[in-house]
Amino acid sequence: MKITVDEDKCCGAGSCVLTAPDVFDQRDEDGIVVLLEARPHRERHDAVREAATVCPAAAIHVGEEA
Amino acid sequence: MNAPGHVLVVGASAAGLGTAEALRRKGFTGRLTLAGAEPEPPYDRPPLSKRVLAGAWEPARAHLRTPDVLDVLDARFLLGDPATALDAERRSVSTASGRTLTADAIVVATGIRARRLSGHGGPQGVHVLRTLADAAALRADLLGARRVVVVGDGVLGAETAATVRTMGLEVCLVGPQPAPMTGQLGPLVARRLSALHAGNGVVLRAGVLLDGLLTRDGRVSGVRLSDGEELEADVVVTAIGSSPATDWLDGSGLRLDDGVVCDAYCRAADGVWAVGDVARWHHEGLGRLLRLENRTNASEQALAVAGNILGENRPYSPVPYFWTDQFDVRIQVFGLPSAEAPARVVEGDLAQGRFVVCQDGPRGPVSVLGWNMPRQTRSHRASLVDHYTRPLEPTAP
Repeated sequence: MKITVDEDKCCGAGSCVLTAPDVFDQRDEDGIVVLLEARPHRERHDAVREAATVCPAAAIHVGEEA
Repeated sequence: MNAPGHVLVVGASAAGLGTAEALRRKGFTGRLTLAGAEPEPPYDRPPLSKRVLAGAWEPARAHLRTPDVLDVLDARFLLGDPATALDAERRSVSTASGRTLTADAIVVATGIRARRLSGHGGPQGVHVLRTLADAAALRADLLGARRVVVVGDGVLGAETAATVRTMGLEVCLVGPQPAPMTGQLGPLVARRLSALHAGNGVVLRAGVLLDGLLTRDGRVSGVRLSDGEELEADVVVTAIGSSPATDWLDGSGLRLDDGVVCDAYCRAADGVWAVGDVARWHHEGLGRLLRLENRTNASEQALAVAGNILGENRPYSPVPYFWTDQFDVRIQVFGLPSAEAPARVVEGDLAQGRFVVCQDGPRGPVSVLGWNMPRQTRSHRASLVDHYTRPLEPTAP
């Protein structure tokens, strides 16, 4: 799994942080997403996919790779 | 319940697409069909009144997914073909092109329609803003305009006024409330929003209604307000509310009352579900029916509906959330602010333009509202979870 985030689309809702706090955080000053791990461990994949689904700005892209 | 063989989603915007994606993610391998009224691939609406209208984004940037991501979904997309009828008993849907689609589970995700002053006719230069096509038409008209009146002081009206002002046009924002978005923000923050608009040169007319349009040669030339004032305008945008797109469901057997009425699981009838702006479901934490017209709910409810179609059987009791960007301010709201509940500042400082405000109800905090403090606002959301997610117990005698 390879995650990419689109900072320009991010609306700072923090839905991703609520769903996958080990993988996503927000900048202090403006709340824009901070990707903590671009290739997270397998046990976090479900939470990451859920975070991508609930992101209200469609700013998280999850690429599947071997 | 066994997984259905074929799921038909009527509505291909954020809620409909989200349901389809969540079904696949949860392991659904059956047939999946998405029918949408608009010809566009699924796109996002919040940018329409902001970056798409301003021209900062090409319209295609508002598409929710790239074509390759949609391909992976392995769904049949029937776009540009509005649904015209549903038979809940037979689980079948008819479309404008004459199709009849049957499925084991049907998801109603048809959203809302902008309320118009007088049907689709009327003078040129009067716009609503709901679809990508609306945004393109409004932007084209704004490029040749100097003075704009925005009628409606809710989220859409306030955002549109801010964007149009940022484009360098003269803007007047008209609405019935004492300050824009008072109903969504409560009076304390709405007053600050009013000051933000005034400080950026938006002319505000608060506490008045539209009385009528002024026209010249078939084109709008201004508006007359309920207090008799007349304002000149080259373009008028009406953001005067919306109604759930349920007219196609008359005679369907579903209960319609300001939306598709659903139980706590977002189920409208056996094998029929509703999601997004169109769904009015029983929120167990609040103990009443609720319908939310916002982008976050579209995604979160989609997840819940997909799970319940597959037998998860979980009530949907979210903490409501929406945001709005106006000028250089991002406002975020968790919960349902009230006009009466007292508000207190829990982070930051009103005077410095960065703060988080909390409202308390009789059972504890009911809303958290942030002004340019996203991360801190989200961290205060935790104080609301109990109020919204714990089922409301019958009160003791």
